[in-house]
Amino acid sequence: MPITTKISSIKFGILSPDEIRKMSVTTIMTSEVYDNDGAPIDGGVMDRRLGPIEPREICPVCGNTRDSCPGHFGRIELARPVIHVSFVKHIHMYLKTTCRACGRIKISETERQKYLELLKNLEELGIRYLEKRLFEYIRRKAAAAQKCPHCGAKQYKIRLEKPHTFYEDRGEEGQTKLSPIEIRARLEKIPDDDVRLLGGDPVDARPEWMVLTVLPVPPRAVRPSILLETGIRSEDDLTHKLVDIIRINNRLREHIETGAPNAIIEEEWELLQYHVTTYFDNEVPGISPAKHRSGKILKGIAQRLKGKEGRFRGNLSGKRVDFSARTVISPDPNLSINEVGVPIDIAKILTVPERVTPWNIDELRRYVLNGPEKWPGANYVIKPDGRKINLKYVDRKALAESLAPGFIVERHLKDGDIVLFNRQPSLHRISIMAHVARILPYKTFRLNLLVCPPYNADFDGDEMNLHVPQSEEARAEARLLMLVEKHILTPRYGGPIIGGLQDYISGAFLLTNKSTLLTREDVIDLLGVANYRGRLPEPAILKPGPYWTGKQLISLFIPKDFNYKRPAKIASASALRCIDEDCPHDSLVIIKRGEFLIGVLDKASIGREEPESFIHWLVKEYGEDMARLFMDYVYRMFLRYSEKHGFTMGYTNLLLPPEAKEHIRRIIEEKKKEVYELIDKYRRGELEPRPGRTLEETLEDEIIDLLSKKLLDDVADAITPYFTLTNPVIIMARTGARGNPVNLTQMAALLGQQTIRGRRIVRGYFNRTLPHFKPGDLGPEARGFVAHGFVDGLNPIEMFFHAAAGREGLTDTAVRTSQSGYMQRRLINALQDLRVEYDGTVRLPTGEIVQFRYGEDGVDPMKSDHGESVKIERVIEKIIGWRI
Amino acid sequence: MKRIKSIKKLETILKENLEGKVSKAVYEKLREKLIKMYKEHGLYEEELQAIIDETIRRYDISQVEPGEPVGTVAAQSLGEPSTQMTLRTFHYAGVREFNITLGLPRLIEIVDARKKPSTAIMEIYLDDEHKYSEEKAKEIARKIETTTIENIAKEIIVNPFEGAIIVLDPEMLMDKGVTPETVIKVLEKLKLGKVYQDEEDPNTIRIDLKPEKADYTKIERIRVKISKAKVKGIKGINKVIIQKRGDEYILVAEGSNLAEVMKIPGVDYRRVYTNNIAEIEEVLGIEAARSAIIREVINVLEDQGLDVDVRHVMLLADMMTWTGKVKQVGRMGIAGEKTGVLARAAFEMTVQKLAEAAVSGEEDPLVGVTENVIVGQPVPVGTGIVEIYMTPYKPYGRGEEE
Repeated sequence: MPITTKISSIKFGILSPDEIRKMSVTTIMTSEVYDNDGAPIDGGVMDRRLGPIEPREICPVCGNTRDSCPGHFGRIELARPVIHVSFVKHIHMYLKTTCRACGRIKISETERQKYLELLKNLEELGIRYLEKRLFEYIRRKAAAAQKCPHCGAKQYKIRLEKPHTFYEDRGEEGQTKLSPIEIRARLEKIPDDDVRLLGGDPVDARPEWMVLTVLPVPPRAVRPSILLETGIRSEDDLTHKLVDIIRINNRLREHIETGAPNAIIEEEWELLQYHVTTYFDNEVPGISPAKHRSGKILKGIAQRLKGKEGRFRGNLSGKRVDFSARTVISPDPNLSINEVGVPIDIAKILTVPERVTPWNIDELRRYVLNGPEKWPGANYVIKPDGRKINLKYVDRKALAESLAPGFIVERHLKDGDIVLFNRQPSLHRISIMAHVARILPYKTFRLNLLVCPPYNADFDGDEMNLHVPQSEEARAEARLLMLVEKHILTPRYGGPIIGGLQDYISGAFLLTNKSTLLTREDVIDLLGVANYRGRLPEPAILKPGPYWTGKQLISLFIPKDFNYKRPAKIASASALRCIDEDCPHDSLVIIKRGEFLIGVLDKASIGREEPESFIHWLVKEYGEDMARLFMDYVYRMFLRYSEKHGFTMGYTNLLLPPEAKEHIRRIIEEKKKEVYELIDKYRRGELEPRPGRTLEETLEDEIIDLLSKKLLDDVADAITPYFTLTNPVIIMARTGARGNPVNLTQMAALLGQQTIRGRRIVRGYFNRTLPHFKPGDLGPEARGFVAHGFVDGLNPIEMFFHAAAGREGLTDTAVRTSQSGYMQRRLINALQDLRVEYDGTVRLPTGEIVQFRYGEDGVDPMKSDHGESVKIERVIEKIIGWRI
Repeated sequence: MKRIKSIKKLETILKENLEGKVSKAVYEKLREKLIKMYKEHGLYEEELQAIIDETIRRYDISQVEPGEPVGTVAAQSLGEPSTQMTLRTFHYAGVREFNITLGLPRLIEIVDARKKPSTAIMEIYLDDEHKYSEEKAKEIARKIETTTIENIAKEIIVNPFEGAIIVLDPEMLMDKGVTPETVIKVLEKLKLGKVYQDEEDPNTIRIDLKPEKADYTKIERIRVKISKAKVKGIKGINKVIIQKRGDEYILVAEGSNLAEVMKIPGVDYRRVYTNNIAEIEEVLGIEAARSAIIREVINVLEDQGLDVDVRHVMLLADMMTWTGKVKQVGRMGIAGEKTGVLARAAFEMTVQKLAEAAVSGEEDPLVGVTENVIVGQPVPVGTGIVEIYMTPYKPYGRGEEE
């Protein structure tokens, strides 16, 4: 939809009584709402003139129907003025700063002129925050004056008693309550220029308008009544409140007219004030909130606006939308990373409006014929006159015949349509990306595993949302800017966030391993899943038969001018490190002129979140579509090889020989002995406290040092010789596919010291953690030391401590998510308006410069080489790497 | 393939083809690396040209595009990894005595622009005269560290009959470099009564309490007053530790008082550092505060092992400081002073913000993102700032069929 008119600004102000009367179509006078037949009573709060709410009801004021009539305001003429709660602070300010007698601002005439001049200048310059400070200054100054500089009248202190009562402290005379009538009278006297000096707007927000004499009654559509199943009409909270106001207002007026005693009038006035206050805001501190008969607290106007589910955050900043779907996700490695599998049932509900042209008319006719039930079909046809025809209830054959250019067919979602895919929490922009739809059987959304990291998705029951863009503009932007392949690189650090993970990595390692030799059948199978079209390369081995290496297969897909040299992930273990080409561990990856010479592929070259890696340079140098193809096809080959090779991990992979167990036991015993020695030393009073710590703290510190890091490191060293790169657990840990050496130690050997808040576990019973120990026992076992691993199994006490420490992590996460969520909301709010201008500066929308050049060098992190504009080393490697 | 014969030739080719097309830093770095390459492996003209072309290509694509919503990207790049942070506090650079708040709580603290960090720490570098000797470093440490009577007294007795008796610990006196005379001076300032040294033991100091002070109800308060009385040191600095860093000794202090510490002779005031950003702003100015914000945020991120580009942090720091004052990220700072009424109302305190806008008759110019989302218009960032005016040649459809 083209934007034809643009709202350039919105002015805020306060409705004047005149304006309220002018915009209202009737006065609301009676508290009766419906007559005996259930028809709304004229002059009641549901007066028909306030706008139609029933379908096909015609508005008596503007003649429109429910859909086109915006609704009209009514009004209640208040018998006595009341204060608008939201403005009490501002009323107080005006009363304090102006003279009680002449209504003028309490600063001398010369100063007044000076400030007016100053204000005029500031307005011209448009320095808003300085204006604010000037107002603050003038207000403070004016409020301090004891005597009016204009008429000389003595001034009194004005006290505001929350929520809305003002008292004037008249010295000896004592405190006098100011009625809204008096307040209004005083506010009326303030001259326009003085209002300006106090930060007000005499044209659109005269101060006396903050005291209400007429109350607008919002249109019926704002407060619709709902018909319950029992046939009883249930009114909106605001309607209830308005009825209350009218009832008390009528009573008050009657009493005034009949000249009732002052006390009664006073009391009813106060009651009117209460109702009007709670109508606006039912959470005002200091007064009891108005309640329903059932005891439910009514929602005032303020409650409708505020908070997360309020009008602003819930309906204006974010909206519920049509053309969206949500279901469980499941993995499908055979889809492209750009694709999403959409269940056929969903595809039959989500539609894309397509305009009939001579080129697509045959196709669209077919869709219309298929109708809403059969995919690919269509659900609606929009005729050129704007009429929308539901294909469910129509002779589709006839309609398909009459289809002509200019019609719009709302056809089913089909293969190739662009859709937006999202998983909450949407913490960054790659939480919503555009995918190409692929209509598939069954009921789940399917996605390629490689796009899990940006969404932070897994398949343990996660659900995701899908949206179908409806305009050509939206589709174009989605395809060009939001498509998954455009987000392989993240702006967070300028590296790939999409890349190999888990099985892809172990598969790549196994495939490219030196010991992997492939038969002709293997090669054909693997190249088949990778969609390779071409000749087989020369086999690496001819005798005893033709065999190919995994590296040869990878080479087929690497561009011929690609050079690359980097240690593999497995080289991070010193035992497997390679310094140069001549090395048995094969842990240095070298690719020269597209030929994969040595090394193995693992996380360091094809993994996600690995900047300056093989896959990173592939994206940067050959474009994202090339990288996408690589991920779609070559990565699939890794999985295929993993399947062919067989890859599993189990209990037996973690078993240690008796001598190793004995070794671990000895290490543990040794450490335990040291701990007991420390405790003895402490008991004997020989322990030297560390500076700034008590004796107990020192003991704890030293015990933790002994039992946590040092012990686990020693054990890890002891068991590593028993695990080699043929062990799948080790393959996973070393290649970066899953797990780490600590996990391994914890499974095979022991969990070690359990801690809560960095301390050993101490809480539980008095002076002991569990009744199994003696009070005051400081030994390792009594304080959460777990001497077994998962393979051996924990004893009940150890299991308890492990659970206790595990709970800490859970509570931690719960607390953290809310904290970081709020921080991010604030960050977004603070920074969202910043943008780079055509001159390269970073500015606020009002034009203020925040940075003269973005990031000091004008480099977009997403398009950088891991933060640098040009990674020189890589440029040189790319060009001449083949010969050095 | 033509071999490049000399470094001079290499440089001329570079100058002719690359200078001015990329930033100076990139140019210099490339030149340096190429000379090294040349010396080790030789270089051909075609190769050099290819390298130059690739450098220019990469440099050109690395530049930001106009309209890029850098703010939102920065906020997301900082916010998203913060969900992965831990809440724990850590020991400061191996010093067990100091705990330092890091991770999410520290990040929130920085973004909130709190006046005082929950764990203030100073790194005090020393001048050439003091930095190589542990003894001399200790001398300065003594001057800086706050020493109270409590720290140097073995015993503090207060009762209405004997008055106050303070028994000083000679070892501690030595360690802190304090004499009983200075203690007497300090105690006299408290104005509790006559202060004098015990005749037998010079390390015992007595105070004859004024009669009105010698009251049971006040005894405990007096005792606290005496024990907390500052003998020497700088206010706010509780503990100082000497650390060897490289070949020099530095002081690490718990607590912070930048202005005072910088005045101490022997302190290298150019390198003193505190993690109290408000103090840096006050003493060294807004540019220093900006650097401190960047440094502190990076410190947190690095400690957690999170990879975030500096540019995001710089933008945050600039946004917090561009007015010349450190402003908080939140309703009392940046978000509270936004131009748009609707944006402010949509953030926090909706009703109050709307009321304020109404009273002052404010006008929302609808220039921000939130405001335009609210009224349903394109947002003024990214593709939203681009407008194309186009009249299609002829609406297709009718008439074009045969």
